[in-house]
Amino acid sequence: MSAGSIPSGKVRDPGYPTKSENYLTNSKGILSWMFTLDHKRIGVMYLVGVVVAFAVAGLLALLIRLHLFQPDGAIFKGSDANNTYNQVFTLHGAIMVFLFIIPSIPAALGNFLVPVMLGAKDVAFPRLNLCSFYLWVAGAIFFVSALCASGLDTGWTFYTPYSTSSNSSVILATSGAFILGFSSIFTGLNFIVTINTMRPPGMSWFRMPLFLWATYATSIIQVLATPVLGITLLLLIAERAMHIGIFDPEFNGDPVTFQHFFWFYSHPAVYIMILPAFGIISDLISVHSHKRIFGYRFIAYSSIAIALLGFLVWGHHMFTSGMGPLTTIIFSALTFTVSVPSAIKVFNWLATMYKGSISLTTPMCFAIAFIFLFTIGGLTGLHLGTLATDLHLHDTYFVVAHFHYVMVGGTLVAFLGGVFHWWPKMFGKMYSEWGGRLAAVIIFFGFNLTFLPQFVLGSRGMPRRYATYDPEFAYLHQMSTIGSLLLGVGLLVALVVLIHSLFRGKRAPANPWGGATLEWNCTSPPPFYNFERAPVVGDPYDFTTIEWDSENERYVTVDPEREIAPEEKPETEPAHAQGDH
Amino acid sequence: MSTIEAGPETAHSADGHDHDHPSFLAHHFDTPEQQFDSGKLGIWLFLVTEILFFSGMFCAYAIFRMLRPDVFEGCSQFLNTKLGAINTGVLLFSSLTMAWAVRCSQVEDNKGLVGMLAATLSCAMIFLGVKAIEYSHKWEMGLLPAGLFVYDPANPHPPRPAPPEGPWAIFDPAYWTYLDYICAPFALIFVGVVIWLIYSLVTANKFHLAVAKPLTVASMCFFVGVGLGTILESGGSESHVGEHHAGEAHAAADDGHDHPDGETHESGEAVAAVIVEPNTNEILVVGDESGNKDETAVRQRLATDSTNSGIQSEIAARQRQSSVAGTSIVTEDAEITGAIEKVESEVLTARQAGVFFSIYYCMTGIHAIHILAGIAVLVWLLVRAVRHDFNRQYFGPVDYVGLYWHLVDLIWIYLFPLLYLIR
Amino acid sequence: MSAHGHSEDGQDFAHPLPVPMLLAVFGALVFLTIVTVAQASFDFGKFDVAIVMGIATIKAGLVMAFFMHMAFDKPFNVVVFLSSFVFVGLFVIFTLSDAAMTSDSFEPKIDEVVPVVVEM
Repeated sequence: MSAGSIPSGKVRDPGYPTKSENYLTNSKGILSWMFTLDHKRIGVMYLVGVVVAFAVAGLLALLIRLHLFQPDGAIFKGSDANNTYNQVFTLHGAIMVFLFIIPSIPAALGNFLVPVMLGAKDVAFPRLNLCSFYLWVAGAIFFVSALCASGLDTGWTFYTPYSTSSNSSVILATSGAFILGFSSIFTGLNFIVTINTMRPPGMSWFRMPLFLWATYATSIIQVLATPVLGITLLLLIAERAMHIGIFDPEFNGDPVTFQHFFWFYSHPAVYIMILPAFGIISDLISVHSHKRIFGYRFIAYSSIAIALLGFLVWGHHMFTSGMGPLTTIIFSALTFTVSVPSAIKVFNWLATMYKGSISLTTPMCFAIAFIFLFTIGGLTGLHLGTLATDLHLHDTYFVVAHFHYVMVGGTLVAFLGGVFHWWPKMFGKMYSEWGGRLAAVIIFFGFNLTFLPQFVLGSRGMPRRYATYDPEFAYLHQMSTIGSLLLGVGLLVALVVLIHSLFRGKRAPANPWGGATLEWNCTSPPPFYNFERAPVVGDPYDFTTIEWDSENERYVTVDPEREIAPEEKPETEPAHAQGDH
Repeated sequence: MSTIEAGPETAHSADGHDHDHPSFLAHHFDTPEQQFDSGKLGIWLFLVTEILFFSGMFCAYAIFRMLRPDVFEGCSQFLNTKLGAINTGVLLFSSLTMAWAVRCSQVEDNKGLVGMLAATLSCAMIFLGVKAIEYSHKWEMGLLPAGLFVYDPANPHPPRPAPPEGPWAIFDPAYWTYLDYICAPFALIFVGVVIWLIYSLVTANKFHLAVAKPLTVASMCFFVGVGLGTILESGGSESHVGEHHAGEAHAAADDGHDHPDGETHESGEAVAAVIVEPNTNEILVVGDESGNKDETAVRQRLATDSTNSGIQSEIAARQRQSSVAGTSIVTEDAEITGAIEKVESEVLTARQAGVFFSIYYCMTGIHAIHILAGIAVLVWLLVRAVRHDFNRQYFGPVDYVGLYWHLVDLIWIYLFPLLYLIR
Repeated sequence: MSAHGHSEDGQDFAHPLPVPMLLAVFGALVFLTIVTVAQASFDFGKFDVAIVMGIATIKAGLVMAFFMHMAFDKPFNVVVFLSSFVFVGLFVIFTLSDAAMTSDSFEPKIDEVVPVVVEM
């Protein structure tokens, strides 16, 4: 693939959509968006929604960091300082988890991509899809009203007994989380059914892009785990309203039971957050290395394995909460099993990059940053899964740093990579490549500057969730605060680059990166019907027929000139009817 | 709104051989079968979420029952096995009619479909009516979730203000019983549906009439359930109890330790007497025994028939229940007294029995909410069935709602022995 | 699933159950309900729960197999539905065994904290 070459042979390219085909412009008016059943528009609405939620929660995070710039607190002053600090970090956590990370990749990118990648016209239940978006909005409204009422100071985990006695608006927030849970369930249910029954002829399970495998695994968790969160929160609301005595020790309830209930959802939820990120990275690494993914089946199976193993390890959040000694040992041992499929993925990505022709595009920069940051996040998790070290590190900044490496360094970075990767497809515009790379680099350094010092802080004994600290920790905290500002700048640059592209960006070709999955086979942006007829499904990671057309700055699929030969009759049965699942 | 006449045409076009999308086939599906398969997988997944949703409460149940089996055993005596069994039967029957409805939709027997859906709806309403009796009875006794638990073994039926005289007295919320509160929305719905029925009769709108008729029957069935519950709760001897004061009547007659008549003010007096003279257990015991005698006499006669094991267990349960419930602690049978006394002194507190009732209300309450949701979708189905929306290519919605309804039944199949039949 | 043809072939995917089968299942369910109520008066000791749950599970099996068409459904749907019980089991067993290890009773035997109204 040398630069400047013009591909010879029969060139296939879908071209550009007309205005009446383009899903963004085929109908006008705010109502055509509000009542749309088009999965792409719903995905875009989700994207806007989660970005707003992220901005709110990110600003709260900056407040926290700025407050911690001085040992006795820089921002919140007065007698209520600690209370305010509690509320700020709680809302930061709750909004980030429930409103941003969980819906970010599955709901925003997933909604846009799953049917297109699959070659389907829409998700199986378009109305349910819209319903789940509005449930998300309703949940967000509940959270905002909790914020406006009397805040929330329980931590995003709502641990009893504090949550049954705290006089902040726990019921509002938990109702919000309850509703968001159903939004998440419906999204997952929709994707499972879509992937099972809507595959066009030729799209067998092992021709699915890995993003779909990851989404499928995520959906399994969403369907199986989220209902338990629902009942837990419902019981918590009942506990607060009339003290049912299941979690409240005053009436013989057991707070450890609450933690079991809560983490039975919330640990698998960690995989709801990270699995789709794995899917994105698998696609990004392969496409931008222009090399077939290494170990396709292993990556696919490891997604499912993570989803299932993720249900066996929730107890590692509770090593110090008073579980039985045998239970802690079992959970600790099981925890290590999850690292195996995660490691399989990381090694496969590295093997994919090995001897690939890597284009250091913006999405690839994010993907490489992801591998680096996720590896640190994952490896530090081992210290927390080990009983002995966890007793020392529990509830310190080490934990904070660990999960931020996974959630921010992992999910957020992958989300950004995915957004940059599919942005041309979603909006039909190319962004400034240099601007994107700059953002990626600033984010990478800003992130590390923020959270690497926190590992040190934690192992030296700085507990989390404190509004003030000993002066000996000051310089590490200050490093962290400066890093967070840098991270904020990086994210702002990324946002500006993307927004700028909408107005000034070049028109995007159908296949700007040289991907082989189906979404690059339709126009950018896709027509509202996705595919006029069921597309021809090839190997999602076979790049041999894809060549760079430097004249038009695009990748095209090149078929060698052939004699006209009798073509085989394509299968007439849809893939779902072949009983191969 | 489409009319009945419009219905069969769509059905026939589906039977036809054209490859265009029939009206019931969504644009993104290729075949009706694909649409049906998608919906079916979707509903199965939804049922999976439902099971996991309930699993939280089953888990809580298992933990507390494992820790204190005696609490569960003691408190279970407060639950009326007869009502639970009747409700089980009603739900099983509704499952039958629902499965039958699915069959009707598959063989395009539209009349049967409407009938079966109406029967399912009616059963759901009866179930709720019986549940209303159970709940209101326990609330009046103060058998509430832990935080609100006010049950006083010495005084299980706290007095209520006597309702004032006058024809409009029942509309004064200050004197409403819990049962009245529960019944009020259903009464409103009933009145609304009847008005609708009359309106559609007057305007001779066939479609509205066809919908309103089964709905009238169904909403009336709630009160059938209330009546049934009242009769069973009060021991089956007072089938003549008045309608809107049924709750009070049965509360007064409960377990026969008050005079088993339906006169509310009298029962109020009886309880008031206990309040004034807490030491006059003799009065109560006398009333108690007289009450018990005529009731148990009938039952013991029935129980002599060895096949009637249901009654036998019922008597055993009743004896324990009445002894746990308080007043008949003062009985000559020292052996029973000792055992119960011990259980009672440990169990009947907010922190013990209260937790049992918390779990009871959570489980049955959320189950009842599912029944309500089922009623809503059944009404929707009924309207569509009357509209002739379903045919053998498009019966998905009936099937999906059916599956949901069976799951609700399935959960009750477990709830009933777990809550009512602990011995 | 492959056994089903396309609906264009005029073949139906509907699978109506015969009425006698429905009635028979209903009969069996009612019978089992009576059995479960009847057995409650006997004391089987620690087998009580097992018997009650066994009967309930048979009933649930009948409802699932026939009323819910499961015996005639696609294997995948059956697997999906039954797998939920695996996860419920996982959840309940872990939580329950931990509760058994950490607390022997949910209330200390002395109940002095809340004034108890018991008159003897």
